[in-house]
Order: sequence, then structure tokens, then C-alpha cells
Amino acid sequence: MSSDVNAIHIENLTKAYRIGSRQAEYQTLRDTLTDLLRLPLKRLRAFSPRAVDLADEAYPRVFALNQVSLTIKEGEVVGLIGHNGAGKTTLMKILAGITEPTAGQAVVWGSVGSLLDIGVGFHQELTGRENIFLYGAILGMRRTEISAKFDDIVAFAEIAPFIETPVKRYSKGMRLRLAFSVAAFMDPDILLVDEVLAVGDAAFQRKCLRRMGEVSRTGRTILFVSHNMTAVKNLCQRVIWLSRGQVVQDGPADEVVAAYLKSLSEAARDHVWPDFEAAPGNEHIRLHRAAVHPHDDADAETITIETGFTITIAYWNRKPGAVLGLDIAVYNAMGIVVFNTRPPADTLWQNEPLPAGLYESKCLVPGHLLNHGVYRVTLTVVANHQRPIYQHDEVLTFEIQDIAETREGWFGNWQGVIRPEIPWITNRLSDNVPTKD
Amino acid sequence: MRLGELWRYRELIYFLTWRDIKVRYRQTILGVAWAIIQPFMTMVVFSIFFGELAGVPSDDIPYPIFAYTALIPWTFFATGLNQASNNIIGGASLIRNIYFPRLALPIASVFGAVPDMVIAMSILLGMMVVYSLYPSAVALVLLPVFLALAFLTALGVGFWLSALNVQYRDIRFAVPFVIQFWFFATPIAYPASLLDQPWRTLYGLNPMVGVIEAFRWSLLGSGEPPGPMVIVSALVTLTVFVSGLYYFRHMEKSFADVI
Ligand SMILES: Nc1ncnc2c1ncn2[C@@H]1O[C@H](COP(=O)(O)OP(=O)(O)OP(=O)(O)O)[C@@H](O)[C@H]1O
Ligand SMILES: [Mg+2]
Repeated sequence: MSSDVNAIHIENLTKAYRIGSRQAEYQTLRDTLTDLLRLPLKRLRAFSPRAVDLADEAYPRVFALNQVSLTIKEGEVVGLIGHNGAGKTTLMKILAGITEPTAGQAVVWGSVGSLLDIGVGFHQELTGRENIFLYGAILGMRRTEISAKFDDIVAFAEIAPFIETPVKRYSKGMRLRLAFSVAAFMDPDILLVDEVLAVGDAAFQRKCLRRMGEVSRTGRTILFVSHNMTAVKNLCQRVIWLSRGQVVQDGPADEVVAAYLKSLSEAARDHVWPDFEAAPGNEHIRLHRAAVHPHDDADAETITIETGFTITIAYWNRKPGAVLGLDIAVYNAMGIVVFNTRPPADTLWQNEPLPAGLYESKCLVPGHLLNHGVYRVTLTVVANHQRPIYQHDEVLTFEIQDIAETREGWFGNWQGVIRPEIPWITNRLSDNVPTKD
Repeated sequence: MRLGELWRYRELIYFLTWRDIKVRYRQTILGVAWAIIQPFMTMVVFSIFFGELAGVPSDDIPYPIFAYTALIPWTFFATGLNQASNNIIGGASLIRNIYFPRLALPIASVFGAVPDMVIAMSILLGMMVVYSLYPSAVALVLLPVFLALAFLTALGVGFWLSALNVQYRDIRFAVPFVIQFWFFATPIAYPASLLDQPWRTLYGLNPMVGVIEAFRWSLLGSGEPPGPMVIVSALVTLTVFVSGLYYFRHMEKSFADVI
């Protein structure tokens, strides 16, 4: 649907933030006033917004965006991906006019609607109905416009029975639905959606994605940030991968997502700490390696919902005679422990006093178990079956990919924490269909 | 100054005001009565201590109505200013995540103080009947002008304090103190006529002096008709308002980053 008309044009866009302690962040009035008294004229600018001086190296600062240039055409649906802190939200904030760039420029043609966080415009004490009007007005809609769309918004959010209930009684997911619904019906020329859908349940996520698909078909431009690669691939034709404030790759969705996932898994799927002294650990143990690999093929890049994978943990035991047990917890993107596992009692070295040395344990997780998504592994080392002596959060991060073939063209997120292969049987019980008389 | 944009967002100002008012009264038992209780009780206390016991002059007007008439614009000013200076901080997550003209927040805060004032005025009407004091038509026509001055003063100071509040969190603690100090520096419990010229005109440098004296004159005919003192006050109000507007506009660019 994209045309040749520009919707967004960005040139050498740079955004630097000051960082540092809160103390330095909000300077005290006293400092400014005493400075003002000492050097009246020179210090008057101390009352100005403290724009970051790019040339001034003295201030600790972070480049949330660094010389980013890109053009987005009208009607394009662009995914924005990258690690935490890559600058995705910052880019959206500049496009929405919430914050100003430090250098460079961003030009936007048409009205911009943004959904960067859920329910920020809501007031807890007001009812759903009142909040729809309030939030709509904050997003720049007219009262008549909101009234006209009111029924659609309520229907889309599926909160009709709660419409007269104060929003403070809503669940997080209900608040998201309401927020998304208002934003989705405001019909801006350019819609910016940050990672907000993660909160809703899968059914609503699917509905939101479908709505965004509809919006894009009417020629609107959409910029979509997500850590859900399946959603990104489904919705976007083009994907921009940001890292440390710079564009790493910009191109067709499949290509960019594949490259991103590859880098992601390389970074977090296999950690080796060759240097004992620098390895994480404590006086009991030190880690040597933590890795996740597909079962059969250690070099395979991707783990899919079909492949089994092996979690490997290697560690030095420093206390001879310790009885140690490893405990692995796998969390999904929602922070739910999907499973928690320990070596069974009959495993070699389990329940035995360990001489000092380097040990390696492997945990073989079967395929057709987990749903697609990003998973984090937390490792706990337990002494004498009860006392945790060491814990390492996010010792590994890995992604399980969906396989498009099994979906038969169906669009959206497959629901469920797990995704086992479950046999089904369908029989025809009768050839007789009762008819009403 | 891109003020046209503010006009396009006028419904937002309406909804923010409406939100503030609704939320303020929804959870209180006495609800709207609070708008009356506060100035009324202050008036009672003042009448006893300043009017009766201390014998503070009141321009030949019965002391209770003298004090109450001044308390109406003052309470409006103090409430509006207090809300306005905290509204940006209060709307932090809004400012971080959504674009809208930031000026809407302090403006809505001051509008939000209007209903309270109107309610408090109803008691004044009753008192006028009791004391058989009626305003002249000419003076009454000027009343909205003086109310507008109170509005602009609250807004102008509110612009300054809310923008400073983002940068310097000390402001939050300073506001109640400033308001209290300002209260005693304003002729509410006493008349401006305690001062002789030229001091009385100079006293007008406190913009609320002009507002309060003129307000009392237009409703009760007390003191002298608006003269140099009120003009000085009006000029100060205008200066504070325009400079506050500029300062706010200048600072709002960094609100989302700093807040
Ligand atoms: N107001 C601010 N003050 C200081 N630093 C900031 C501010 N906002 C963002 N940053 C910094 O800018 C960088 C980019 O942040 P940004 O929110 O754009 O990341 P992101 O790509 O959206 O990450 P995530 O995936 O976690 O949402 C980060 O290092 C962050 O700490
Ligand atoms: Mg973000």
C-alpha cells in the first residue's frame, strides 16, 4: 500500500540524554540562586532548560539516538526492533513531538497518534466512559468525534459491562484494551505503537494486530515497536533494527528479523568464562559456561517449536565434599516460570559429595513443548538439597521461533504457554442431521 | 508562541478542568460544601480575633462581610496557583508519553478553581442581604475585569512555578509557604487604607492588592475607586503573566526529558 509520498523523513537525528544521579539531575534551587547572586548576568541562562551541549565532554550522557537517517513512505508498516535501550522509544517520542532532538531533524507529514504506554491518560477515579472522553481529548480528538466513535470503542475493547465502573477497578489488561481502543479509533495519518501489547491476553493481542492491519490497509503509516518477532513479521513489510542509537539494518522484515535473532542468540545463548577469577560465582562455586543449543546440531542457529534443545551449565566446585544440586527455572516473556527442573536422583554425581573440580551438567529439553517466544533461564545452585548458595538471574536468554508452515496461513500469535503436539481424532458419528419441523 | 495550537486543544482544557472538578468532589463526603466551609470558617475566625478583639479597621464596612468578600478572590487565587504549580509534576507520565500543549495543564488547574469561587459567592449574596449592602451597577460591571485579573495572576505565577517545579523540586515545598506569606502581605484581614500615599500605590506592586481592593470596592463600595494602586497591580499582573508564558514555553521543550 505504500506510495511514493514521504510520511516521515529523518536526517542525522541525534538525541543525547544526561545521565547521572538524581541529585545531579534535579539541581537544587539553592545552587542556581547562589550562582545567580555571584555572577548575575552570566548565570541567568542557568534557568534555561539544560540542553545537552554535544561538544561538552564533561557531562556524563548517553546517546539514545546517534545520527539516524531514514525515510518512511506513506502507507508503510514499519517494525522497529532492537535490544532494551536501543533508542526505539526515543525515536517515537521525537516523532510524536514529546521530546526534542539534540541535533538533526525529523519531519512528519500528517497527524501523529501515539500509544507509547498504556492508560497514562486515565484517571483512576473516573469511569470507563469518562476516561474515554478524557483520553480521547488528550490524544487530540474532538468531543463530537469521540461521541461518534464511542460505541465502536467500547465494543472493540469488550468492556461494555464495566463502562460505568471506575478505572481503578479494572485489570491491567482491561486498561490496555481501553487505551488501545481509543488510540486505534483516532485515525491519525501516522500511528506509533510502542511495546504495549505485551500486557494484553493473546486474543486481544491478535485483535490489536488485526486492527493495525486494517488501519494500514486504509493507507495509514504505522511504526510498530515489538519484541515479539512473530508479530513483527506478520504485520510489517519493512523492519528497522536499532542498536545503541544507530540503524544496524533496514530492509524486508524476514531478512532483518533473521539477522537480529542471530545476533541475539549469539550474544546470550552461549556464555563462556575462561578466566576463573573473572567468572561469576562466589566462595562455593564459579561458573564456567552456560549455553543453549538445539539437540542434534550444535551449530544450528535457530531453535524452533519443534526442536529439542540442551541447556548446558559448567561450573567449578571450590568446596571439596559439597553436595550440590543445580536448579534451572525457565521464564517466558510474561515472567511466568514455564518449568523448573533439577537433575533426578539417579543422575551421576547427584547427591554425592563433589571433589573440587570442573563439572558440566546438561539438561535435555524435548521439542514440541514450549510455545514460541523469548525465554530467560535462571540458575540456582542448592547445597544439601535445601540451602541456595548461588543464584544467577538471566544466565541465558534464547528465543524459540514459530514455524510458519504449521499455521496454514493463519495470522497472529499462537496462544498458550506451552505448545505440545496433541493428537486429535475426529469421527463421523451419524449421517443424519435432525431437521426442525 | 504557537498559541493557535492551544485553541485547537480547547476541548482538552475543558476535559482536564472537568476531570479535576469531578475527582475533587467525587470522593468527599461534604463535596461541594468544602468550597464554602474554607472561606467561611476563615471569615468567622478573623471576625472574632481581628474584627472584635483586635479592632482592626474595615473601611466602615461590617468586618465579617469585609473579610469574606476578600477571601473569595484570594481562595480562588490560592487554590488555582497551588494546583497549577503541581499539575505538571502530577501529570508526569502524561508528559513523558503523549504530546499535547503543556500549557493546557496549568490553565485547566486555574479553571478548576472557578466553580468553588462561584459557590462561595452564593454565601456572599446572603450576607449582602443580611447587611443590606448592595453594589452599584457601574461597579458591578467592572467585577469580571477584576476576576480576570485574579485569574491572570494565578495563571502567570502558576506558569513560573510549575515550570520551575520540573527543574527544581524545592519549589513544591516553597509553594505553600509562598501562599501563606502572600496571604498576610495582602489586604484581606485589613484594608489597604492603613497605608498612606505614596506607600499605598507602591503596595500595588503585590498584584493581589489591586485585585482584592478593587473586588471589595465593586461589591461593597469600600475604600477608594480603582486608581493608581490598582493600575500598578494590573501592570505587575500583566508582566508576570507574559514573562511566565514565555518562560513556560521556553522550558516545556525539556519537560519530557527531565521530569
Ligand atoms: N529521560 C531520559 N533521561 C536520561 N536517559 C534516558 C531518558 N530516556 C531514555 N534514556 C536513555 O536512552 C536510551 C534509549 O532509551 P529508549 O527508551 O529509547 O530505549 P528502547 O529502545 O525503547 O528500549 P526498550 O526496549 O527497553 O523499551 C537508554 O539508554 C535510556 O536509558
Ligand atoms: Mg522502549
